[in-house]
Amino acid sequence: MAEEAVLGHLEHNQEISDSGVFSQEKGIDHDELVNIIKSLNGFGLVIAADIKREKWLLSDEAQSYVKYGSAEVLLFEAVPAEGTAKAKLQEIVKSKLPADLDDTTKSLIYDKGWAQAMKNKWVGLADSQVSRKVEHVEDRVKDLLIQIQNGEAVGAKDIDALKRRRLISLQIWKGYSVKKGPNYAPKRKKAATDLVRDHLQRDEWKDIEFKEYNFLAKGQPTEGGCLHPLYKVKQQIQMIFLQMGFEEMPTNNYVESSFWNFDALFQPQQHPARDSHDTFFLKVPSTTNSLPEEYVERVKTVHESGGYGSRGYGYDWKREEANKNLLRTHTTAVSTRMLYALAQGPFTPKRYYSIDRVFRNEAVDRTHLAEFHQIEGLICDRGLSLGHLRGVLEDFFSRIGMSKLKFKPAYNPYTEPSMEIFSYHEGLKKWVEIGNSGMFRPEMLRPMGLPEDVQVIAWGLSLERPTMILYGIDNIRDLFGHKVDLSLTKRNPICRLGLN
Amino acid sequence: MPTVSVGRDRLFEALRRTYTQEEFEDLCFQFGIELDDVTTEKAIIRKEKHLEEEEPSDDEEVIYKIEVPANRYDLLCLEGLSQSLRIFAGLEPIPTYTVANISKESMLKMHVKPETSQIRPYVVCAVLRGVTFNEARYNSFIDLQDRLHQNICRRRTLVAIGTHDLDTIEGPFTYEALAPKDINFTPLKQTRNFSADELMEFYKKDLKLKKFLHIIEGSPVYPVIYDQKRTVLSLPPIINGAHSAITLKTKNVFIECTATDLTKANIVLNTMVTMFSMYCERKFEVEPVEVSYTDGRSYVSPDLSFYQMEVPVSYITKLIGVSLPAHESARLLNKMQLHAKHSISDKNEASFTISVPPTRSDILHPCDVAEDVAIAYGYNEIPKITFPSVKPQLLNKFSDLIREEIATVGYTEVLTWILCSSKEISTMLNREEDKTAVINGNPRSADFEVVRTTLMPGILKTVGHNKDHPKPIKIFEVGDVVLLDEKKDVGASNRRKLAALHCGSTSGFELIHGLVDRIMEVLGTPFVSPGDKTGYYIESSNEPEYLKGRQAHIIFKGEKIGTFGIVHPQVLHNFDIPDPCSFVEIDIEKFL
Repeated sequence: MAEEAVLGHLEHNQEISDSGVFSQEKGIDHDELVNIIKSLNGFGLVIAADIKREKWLLSDEAQSYVKYGSAEVLLFEAVPAEGTAKAKLQEIVKSKLPADLDDTTKSLIYDKGWAQAMKNKWVGLADSQVSRKVEHVEDRVKDLLIQIQNGEAVGAKDIDALKRRRLISLQIWKGYSVKKGPNYAPKRKKAATDLVRDHLQRDEWKDIEFKEYNFLAKGQPTEGGCLHPLYKVKQQIQMIFLQMGFEEMPTNNYVESSFWNFDALFQPQQHPARDSHDTFFLKVPSTTNSLPEEYVERVKTVHESGGYGSRGYGYDWKREEANKNLLRTHTTAVSTRMLYALAQGPFTPKRYYSIDRVFRNEAVDRTHLAEFHQIEGLICDRGLSLGHLRGVLEDFFSRIGMSKLKFKPAYNPYTEPSMEIFSYHEGLKKWVEIGNSGMFRPEMLRPMGLPEDVQVIAWGLSLERPTMILYGIDNIRDLFGHKVDLSLTKRNPICRLGLN
Repeated sequence: MPTVSVGRDRLFEALRRTYTQEEFEDLCFQFGIELDDVTTEKAIIRKEKHLEEEEPSDDEEVIYKIEVPANRYDLLCLEGLSQSLRIFAGLEPIPTYTVANISKESMLKMHVKPETSQIRPYVVCAVLRGVTFNEARYNSFIDLQDRLHQNICRRRTLVAIGTHDLDTIEGPFTYEALAPKDINFTPLKQTRNFSADELMEFYKKDLKLKKFLHIIEGSPVYPVIYDQKRTVLSLPPIINGAHSAITLKTKNVFIECTATDLTKANIVLNTMVTMFSMYCERKFEVEPVEVSYTDGRSYVSPDLSFYQMEVPVSYITKLIGVSLPAHESARLLNKMQLHAKHSISDKNEASFTISVPPTRSDILHPCDVAEDVAIAYGYNEIPKITFPSVKPQLLNKFSDLIREEIATVGYTEVLTWILCSSKEISTMLNREEDKTAVINGNPRSADFEVVRTTLMPGILKTVGHNKDHPKPIKIFEVGDVVLLDEKKDVGASNRRKLAALHCGSTSGFELIHGLVDRIMEVLGTPFVSPGDKTGYYIESSNEPEYLKGRQAHIIFKGEKIGTFGIVHPQVLHNFDIPDPCSFVEIDIEKFL
């Protein structure tokens, strides 16, 4: 009805100048009219312009004053001419109030009336006796409220006083002026936001009008799961290893013995990495149940007095140290087991890789966690050299977008020569260390039983570091662990490593 | 890795030239050390005291903090570090350290009592005669002890060093182990006498020393060194006596290293004496001390002999992967302080006899020798040798990654035919004849007339044949279309497209719009305002196969890469689809 009124009015008139006036003329609820105007405006049938007006609105209390008189007048009139005890006043006042008021309202009128009548010095209190102090009073408050209700002008001082008594409040009234819009028609077509089956079945689609669509906003978000950014990077790096002919090592064994984690790697028992400051040693199970005894003997000898051309470390190697269990500090413990297993048969060249969790007893900060993922690759073959190591590193790192490398001499107990890998970071404009590499020492390989002319070139890096560089993350806790923001995981784009 | 702080100016003086920071960093990088930080004495103090950062004044001495490899104890002081770099630069020959030739009778003696085996069984000693200290040398001497204690000595558990003014004490010395109450002396920095058990209590409040107390605490006997007059030299590994403390004026220094590991005790002693014998009257000469045990064992320390190692020339060159003439390898070895004597064996095999000086305890095996040649040659000069490996086909791998993402948000993959009828790409899509299509010359049926120019007909035919499938139907395809292309030798080329469709009781236009946003998100493309060429935006379009007002182009980097919209009811009718559908098609090659 409202829609017909608006469109019908505009068919013969220029405009509707004020929706408020229009609603009264047509006897339409103003809120309903506003909704219709907004809808017509959205489809371009009309053009609506805002109108704002300020209006004083009477509180419930004020409305009761308009009806019955203000509280102070009601109170004044209730006080008998001869006066009364203060204790009895409330009862007297309530008895004289209109019977259709409930008790709570009556109490309220009494309280407010008393306070205001005292303030106006209409009544007085002496020796618990209340008495009238003036002959008669005028109900100015009621008169003012009636004027305001009728939309008549009232002085600023009075407004202020009524406002302070919370009898009136300012309300902003909103309405519209309305003109014909570009899509104006005396009657609008069927409006829709989407094409539905009914439109097709009843062949109505030709008559429908679609509400304008906002292409500046995004569509409805998709639903579905997402993979973790770190594992997306891991998947790509696994693909790279496979393309380079590497096979994956089984790394599903976090608990390791010191023997496989350190001793077998020719890492001396006094090495700082074997401190409890760096390694999680286990209380349960505290020691390993078994080790390959003949191999242990050869490892002990190479530590104590060398062999295979080495002079050894010259210290008393202790079996108890080797037996201590720990959470593996590097996946090289797995590589060591794999190479030992390889050495037990006729030699075949191998290329191995792994990407899995390792543990360090470190304080957690922006760049360190107590656990992280290590990427490791190794080639075991005859006649390998540093030239091969450089070649394989250049190939691997260029595939993960790090094509500018340089190598720094470094120390690592189980590799010699050892090379630290640095990559030039175009964003930071500097060389950053990204990993370590080297050739496993003969003192590590020969006790396993690998032939003398077999070398192993290997490299390792964390999965987190290149990922942080890739995504510009500077706090490792934002990438990995329970503090990761799920919405970041959802927003994470596909990982294009290995696609360059 | 240990860090050594050295004054930059003193270092450059010792290197006989100055470097810019960058030049010095390059030198460090080649040699295998790292300039970790550049600071000043005052800045270090300010940092320790947590004071506000002040502007450093020019007169403050610049300190270089240099990281050195954990097994190079000879680099833990300015003396050794600068000497190694001078030799590396070819400025100086390898020094020859000698043990003074004195008779056994006139040699200082240290007697070891059997009780020491209960707590700290070994000791080695040496004397530096005629040392000239100044403040810098003295500080360096003290610092080196600290760093050795911290590193190879494993916080004094394995080895503890004591240095004494020899002129205040008198040999022969005894190394004993006594009950704590029986040891009495005035320790360093104190003015009164303490018994050893009293001292242990006293040092529990000492921040620096308290961490060493556990090494002997609880033992019935404590190790102690006396001179002939029962003067206490030291209570290892805790503290020295005040009596024999060295000063700037000390000329003759007695050094004792007590240990639980004899090999490391020798390395520590050798490091101390080789580094500071350069300040002796007879440069690089060290006076020996005879150590004897009650059971008759005895030895003379220090042992400064060279460790000899036979290394085939080919072993080195094969390991590095560079063919070097023997004399060149030898020259490179000399830069790393290793003597190399070239010889030909009986089997006509060229080999080196390598002499490892006492400063290079890190050389254990020929592989360490090979590494030194590689370092001196330059790691970054070694030619790369590549292995065969394969690379993925970028477009296909990329398509696979996108396919996974679209399936992940609930769309099922369809695989439709490349060939279709010509009306399916024209009139059935409310379009004119497609002039960009490749046309088959001999189609067996109308179904194979042309090569598709859009994925739309295949997907619509799939919906038309799956009417009974529960709604909504959400499907996608990533595949090639073929367009005429004059730039190609054959006149046509493939384009990789992505298409997706939603069909249900409503068209799902907003869902397809949302899918477009998701595709852009997983491709790392930001949503931007119209006109912005750094990302993508959506622009209302007017294509005949879509419903008017419910269709738009996708603009990426200013270029139209695709369209989405509610499929036009006439098109739906043409493909016999009773339900409303929304569809998107994008060229994904733009994202490579």
